[in-house]
Amino acid sequence: MTDAPLETAGYGATPRREWQYRTPRTRLLIWAFWLCMVAGFVFCWQVMTAGTMWFFVLDAPKQAADIGGRMWPPRWSYLPELMVPLWDTLNMATLGTILGTLMAIPVAFLAARNTTPSAAFLRPVALFIIVASRSINSLIWALLLVAILGPGILAGIIAIALRSIGFVGKLLYEAIEETDIRQIEAIRATGAAPAQVLNYGIVPQIMPAFWGITVFRWDINIRESAILGLVGAGGLGLKLSASLNVLAWPQVTVILLLILATVVMSEWVSAKVRRALI
Amino acid sequence: MTSYPTTWCRPPQIFTHRGWRIAFQVGVLVWFVLAVGTIDVNWERVVAGAERGLRFVNGFLQPDFTSRWKDISQGIIESLTMTFTSTIVGVAISIPIGIGAARNVAPAWIYYICRSIIAVSRALQEVIVAIFFVAMFGFGPFAGFLTLSFATIGFIAKLLAEDIEDIDEAQAEAVRATGASWGQLINYAVQPQVMPRLIGLSLYRFDINFRESAVIGIVGAGGIGATLNTAIDRYEYDSAGAILLIIIGFVLVAEYGSSYLRKFLQ
Repeated sequence: MTDAPLETAGYGATPRREWQYRTPRTRLLIWAFWLCMVAGFVFCWQVMTAGTMWFFVLDAPKQAADIGGRMWPPRWSYLPELMVPLWDTLNMATLGTILGTLMAIPVAFLAARNTTPSAAFLRPVALFIIVASRSINSLIWALLLVAILGPGILAGIIAIALRSIGFVGKLLYEAIEETDIRQIEAIRATGAAPAQVLNYGIVPQIMPAFWGITVFRWDINIRESAILGLVGAGGLGLKLSASLNVLAWPQVTVILLLILATVVMSEWVSAKVRRALI
Repeated sequence: MTSYPTTWCRPPQIFTHRGWRIAFQVGVLVWFVLAVGTIDVNWERVVAGAERGLRFVNGFLQPDFTSRWKDISQGIIESLTMTFTSTIVGVAISIPIGIGAARNVAPAWIYYICRSIIAVSRALQEVIVAIFFVAMFGFGPFAGFLTLSFATIGFIAKLLAEDIEDIDEAQAEAVRATGASWGQLINYAVQPQVMPRLIGLSLYRFDINFRESAVIGIVGAGGIGATLNTAIDRYEYDSAGAILLIIIGFVLVAEYGSSYLRKFLQ
């Protein structure tokens, strides 16, 4: 017992004192935080599972084995039929990215604090556009647009574009705000007009970030466009939902593997391009 | 004194050969024409839908919160509880996986197992996972909870692993030099360095999970997405507008709240 002499060190009246990392107040706060988290978790769990049929949940391993058994072997002869939807999916993602980026550029310039023409009115509007576009997933945009435009890849392209505005706009306006002020000052000192300042002072500085963001979003859009067909917006998702509806599980396997291959490819391409840019 | 170049020189090009560059540009042009050509638009359908579009815009401008409030509030509660529980469970599972996927603290075989778990979780879209979980576990928020937890693992574990790989090795070395065991090394050298970022990532993931919970409802996994899907299917655009505004509001609160909290913690 190496601790013992501390208590019997002769100063009988002094209470035992040990060094502690946190003050009692912080310790209490941390304890209260954990208590709240656990209580909140239990409460949320109760509310969430109130309507759950535990019979189905307990049945899940059997269901999983059943579905797995039906999915194998994949029906490879279905693959040629998927080439046109694959082309549609890739086009939807790429055209959607182009369209979305074109719309995002002015929004980003309006939202950036150093380039916005009116901080009081236009900047909040631009920020609202960015937030609204970011909070609503492209699948929801597609759901709305299919009801308006009818099924087809046009709805998908616009859905992808609308979702991309927020993403590209947000990252781009942050890049604009982080530009080096001295270079802009230097251009301005030569007597350049505002458009020239934009063109020669800001645009060259954000160009690498811009291409990086665009390629990154393209990669995400490939993933998203693969499933947009579930709500009727064309592409691979349309085939997926058709196969799911008739319970053609071997076809589902083929589609999922194709989606997986496409996603891996696009991620590889985007990583290569971004490494080349930076 | 540094010397600056006085002549302009061409920035580096991706394709060094002129022929390749022209071929690339022509290729892009051909692809663009072909791609735009394959969009078949049924203009009659678009004109017919334009009226609906107008009604949607009107619904968005004059949202109707009241007439479907019971369904909306039910959906919101499902979404929020789903988000909260799945974030906690997902983070709890991804901490050991993230530690296992960090090359500097885990042996090679564990590293490869954890990395492949992360790769699988990241490669599968939430919606596709949700379809399977709904098929297995039945409709409702429980399937959504499992989907979001599964998606959280890939996200948090990957970023946590990268963060652990980036820690200051000097501190780990100092703790190791005292004769600390592996568990003590993780607790006293790694954990204090990655904790602030882990909390930030968890809050960020909470935000993403809420947004995703609005989507996976479309394929039957409960939450506000299911309510939204029903509202759009019934052409009740004023209710749909109200739901979208609520989602935007929640995302705004979550985003600003989490960025405030992150600043407060750091």
